Amino acid sequence: MIRFDQVVKRFGDVTVLRELDFHVKPGERVTLIGPSGSGKTTILRLLMTLERVTSGTIHVDGECLSHVRRGDRKVPADERHLRQVRKKIGMVFQQFNLFPNMNVLRNITEAPVRALGVPREQAEEKARELLDMVDLADKAQAHPSQLSGGQQQRVAIARALAMEPEVLLLDEVTSALDPELVSGVQNLLRDIAHQGNLTLLCVTHEMNFARDISHRVLMFDQGQIVEEGPPEQIFTEPEQQRTRDFLQAVLNA
Amino acid sequence: MIWDWDWTLEILPGLLTQGLLVTFQATLGGAVLAFVLGLFVALLRRSRRPYISRPVGAISEFIRSTPLLVQLFVLYYVMPDFGVRMTALTTGIIGLGVHYASYTSEVYRAGIEGVPKGQWEAAIALNLPRHWTWISVVLPQAVRRSLPALGNYLVAIFKESPQLSVITVVDVIGLARELGSERFRYLEPMTIAGLFFLLIAIPASILIRRMERRLDT
Amino acid sequence: MITINPCSAELPGALGETMPFLCDGAVITLQSAVGGSVLAIAIALPVGLMATSRHRGVRAAARVYMEFFRGTSVLVQLFWLFYAMPLLTGFQLDKLFAGILALGLNLGAYGSEVVRGAVRAVPRGQLEAAVALNLSPFQRMRYVVLPQAFVEMVPPMNNLLIELLKATSLLSAITVADLAYEGRLLVNSGSDQLIVFALLLAIYFLLSYLITLLMRFVEGRAARVVGRERPRRRAATAVEAAR
Repeated sequence: MIRFDQVVKRFGDVTVLRELDFHVKPGERVTLIGPSGSGKTTILRLLMTLERVTSGTIHVDGECLSHVRRGDRKVPADERHLRQVRKKIGMVFQQFNLFPNMNVLRNITEAPVRALGVPREQAEEKARELLDMVDLADKAQAHPSQLSGGQQQRVAIARALAMEPEVLLLDEVTSALDPELVSGVQNLLRDIAHQGNLTLLCVTHEMNFARDISHRVLMFDQGQIVEEGPPEQIFTEPEQQRTRDFLQAVLNA
Repeated sequence: MIWDWDWTLEILPGLLTQGLLVTFQATLGGAVLAFVLGLFVALLRRSRRPYISRPVGAISEFIRSTPLLVQLFVLYYVMPDFGVRMTALTTGIIGLGVHYASYTSEVYRAGIEGVPKGQWEAAIALNLPRHWTWISVVLPQAVRRSLPALGNYLVAIFKESPQLSVITVVDVIGLARELGSERFRYLEPMTIAGLFFLLIAIPASILIRRMERRLDT
Repeated sequence: MITINPCSAELPGALGETMPFLCDGAVITLQSAVGGSVLAIAIALPVGLMATSRHRGVRAAARVYMEFFRGTSVLVQLFWLFYAMPLLTGFQLDKLFAGILALGLNLGAYGSEVVRGAVRAVPRGQLEAAVALNLSPFQRMRYVVLPQAFVEMVPPMNNLLIELLKATSLLSAITVADLAYEGRLLVNSGSDQLIVFALLLAIYFLLSYLITLLMRFVEGRAARVVGRERPRRRAATAVEAAR
């Protein structure tokens, strides 16, 4: 579903990702852990085409993100191609990024209506179903500023799902929340993870959450994968010293 | 008594109706033009094509650096040479609008830059087409942020509209000058005209400051 | 090397016909701009500081001045000073003097706002530290607050000075023979309109640009005094704040 080949990402002099290789199978749920600045979020942002790779290639569902084939030459992808590949990907942000000028319903329906051409009534019907699922059916007319952080993040999740992505990217979705609001959002994501066959790529500092939802955990440090494996293995008997140190630091925090 | 009350009462209705009407027409016309044109200028200056953004930026900068009065002269004297005939008031409205568009474009620019990056990223993540990102996400937020500053420019346009009297528009000040020249006595008409401006501009500014504070919180 | 005097009547064609007059006008424009700026700054500093005073009455007095002169435009104040005031007070101001007075009073009110804002932008901790060091109120102002506030003042002052330069053109409405006046006179006496107006705008633009260059220099110096990098400039934001 997702394949990174020799991906390098540099910001100025700082190398964030070093010749990274990894792949994710359809329906697989993968969690990225590691210290801040290890490049986890950059991976999500590259997939969402919010950043461009410095070198290397990323494929999503067999399609290259950064280049298109024209004849036998590869040329940088244009907006049309990017829009095509983005259709398969959805993202939930740490800071929610709801549109403050629209009510909750419009936040969810805007993209299906404008980007996919779904008729408005149909989009609203779908949005109400999603709001029901995230337990905010009564907030359809509310504005984001009237909602708590947890509620905003649940709307953001509904908004991402409204586009029916095949891959969902979760970028530290509970980091900006007050502690008592974290579990609500996590439970919701757990349900979503276990019901569907969504491919999930998740960056988080919540190790219990990572253990619950993922098939596989990747430990990152300095732009490279230090260790990977099923959550039971990574969290109980990690092989690398670096992973042990990291888990120790996080769990004692 | 220096002040002539009889004459004051005689000229007051004219200043209040005819004069103020023209002042309001000039202000509103100029403001609408400045607000609309300024938005287009702001958008053009953000264009990724340098052959669009550069000249638009330079012209806007030039207009902001030179006096409105001279720009009014240019419109008033030169336009007829190119076969464009307009009333003095229309000429003045265009002058005010174009001049202040160079200011309002900066307001919009700041408003657009103030929209958080996360909003753009969310729009990309939702695959919202570019023009819809502008129409339904960025501009509504940018314009809302711009409102207090635009309000200030509305008041500024109102206050500067007397410059139109120099190209023969008979606004409050133009009328006051006419009345004054009839009797070689400017005290009453000019004082009344000045008071008009004070009585409207000061409360308006205070109102806008209140609005600014409310938008801040 | 051949030096060309841009004000010479020997210049070819329309330039020779118009430039001598425009140069005369430019001198008057500069005089009124310099006079107006000096007056405006002389007003803005004390009034701006008054507006940050702890005493209500002092603050109110500053406020009244600022609101009054920002409530009408330079042109209206100019007309009133020149046409209406003589009847009231019995003496007629010289027109250039009336012009400089109106410019100074009007832009001084905007300048006061800039000074007030800049002084208030100095972090409270700075003032508290100065109190803790047992500096007198005067010393606190002179050595701690003002040098820091000054850096903040320069960019908006730059915009105000350009506004002032532009406003000098209004003096032509009371027949001060400045650039705008000379330009209009030339047009009325049959010179090529396009050339005259183009030159007029170009000279005003040049003068605006000179002000900006000068203020950048001042800003660099002021920033170095308080050990800061020169802040990045943002074009018209200060005008918004002032208008």
